[in-house]
Amino acid sequence: MSQIGIFDIVGPVMVGPSSSHTAGAVRLGYAGRQILGEPVRRADIHLHGSFAATYWGHRTDIALLAGLLGMAMDDAAIPGAKKLCCDHGLAYQFHRADLGDVHPNSVRLQLQGESSHADVQGASVGGGRAAIHRLDGFAIQCDGTYATLISRHKDEPGVISEITRVLGEMNINIAFMEVSRRRRGLDAMLVAQTDDPLNSRVIQWVTGLRGVRQVWCLPRF
Amino acid sequence: MLELQCAEDLLALGRATGKTLPALVVEYESELSGQPAAEIYETMHHRLQIMKESVEQGLDDPGALAHLAKGYGLKMKMAADEGRLVGGQQLQRITMYALAVAQHNASLGRIAACPTAGSCGVLPAALLCIAEDRGADDGALVDALLTAAGIGTVSAMQGPISGAEGGCQAECGVASAMAAGAVVELAGGSAEAVFDAASLALQNLLGLVCDPVAGLVEIPCITRNACAAGNAVMAADMVRAGIPAVIPFDETVRAMKQIGRAMPESLRETSKGGLAASSTAKRIHRRMQREHQLEEE
Repeated sequence: MSQIGIFDIVGPVMVGPSSSHTAGAVRLGYAGRQILGEPVRRADIHLHGSFAATYWGHRTDIALLAGLLGMAMDDAAIPGAKKLCCDHGLAYQFHRADLGDVHPNSVRLQLQGESSHADVQGASVGGGRAAIHRLDGFAIQCDGTYATLISRHKDEPGVISEITRVLGEMNINIAFMEVSRRRRGLDAMLVAQTDDPLNSRVIQWVTGLRGVRQVWCLPRF
Repeated sequence: MLELQCAEDLLALGRATGKTLPALVVEYESELSGQPAAEIYETMHHRLQIMKESVEQGLDDPGALAHLAKGYGLKMKMAADEGRLVGGQQLQRITMYALAVAQHNASLGRIAACPTAGSCGVLPAALLCIAEDRGADDGALVDALLTAAGIGTVSAMQGPISGAEGGCQAECGVASAMAAGAVVELAGGSAEAVFDAASLALQNLLGLVCDPVAGLVEIPCITRNACAAGNAVMAADMVRAGIPAVIPFDETVRAMKQIGRAMPESLRETSKGGLAASSTAKRIHRRMQREHQLEEE
């Protein structure tokens, strides 16, 4: 299990009322916004378990939308997120869903921007901490403690070593790394959590590598 | 690498190195985050200021943005000023502070979660009241907060800290354990006494379910914050009187985890059981849902 920082315990500093259902939900929305990489135009938000049962009371809906708009959890504008969505042209729809045997505070975000879309599933795991568990159908682990590079690529020899070589040349240290694939020889995913921040040059370089189809760079969230 | 897996390891490390709990917690965070110790102290000072602000603002918060609970801290303050309360002066303030912060949270105010937002009033109430009475300075308060953070971290490493996973015992129970340990730290107690007080405080609240009326962090959450804050000071004094915790803190946390697992989903923040399933709560919930539908239209 990864370590827990003391300021996630005495903290976070946040706008109420619930760390798991409000602050964690802001973080999940924010992570979704970062993965999409552009302003969200349409969001289908699937609420599971306790999220589905109590979202309105804990203002989980407002919190997720605030995050999707790019707000942090101590932003005083959070209570007005629904109106801001209208102002910013973000259309949203909430759904109750059974996402299977997952954390009770789970949500699936189907997001669309001007030019791209993302299907992100994550959970608010307590104390305002959040974790992403699925991305575009792949099981991943990403809790925002570190900057994270995610690549989707062809499952063939040498792709992963090329990606790690580029990170090495850019002096970016990998703290944790995970690879998975759907079917041999087809679609694969790499998730690298790094000690050093990732910039747009990293996306450019890694996107240019042979076999790489899509690259996401997430800041800490 | 220094780890905060359990209280036992932390206590052993303290005995072996002669370092205090706050010092070990700073060392842990420094290794984990890569930040120098000075920055960690600074961030904790900031958290302390947020807590003080949330007490002050909460005492004046009429609760306009809360659904059901209105001005709980304000009501206690007025009653205390008018001499209408029967409890002792310190207990009055502990209750008042806890209600103020928890009310502020319910009213979309800014608070420091500790360990969660639902339990954010417990630690500030117990710690700030005792600090006022003892004339403790901010430096001592920051050390007490670091100790509380250590207690919360070893709890989170071994058990749940969300109502959805473990019920209210995982929120107000852990908050009370953190507050009890922080009060002992402030009073100059040993590291062993800190974790004994934390263990006793949590033992007293084991089994507490999370059954919020209408799914809101208001009833009974706000008044439970006051209960857990008072419990923290009681636990600290029991340990100072020489009453043993008997069950070590780590084992109490594991018991809490086991109890949380045995709890039906209806009592873990889903508002399907307990107080939330009472006829009055259901009536309130239906009314709120009607209002919500109106809001959507």
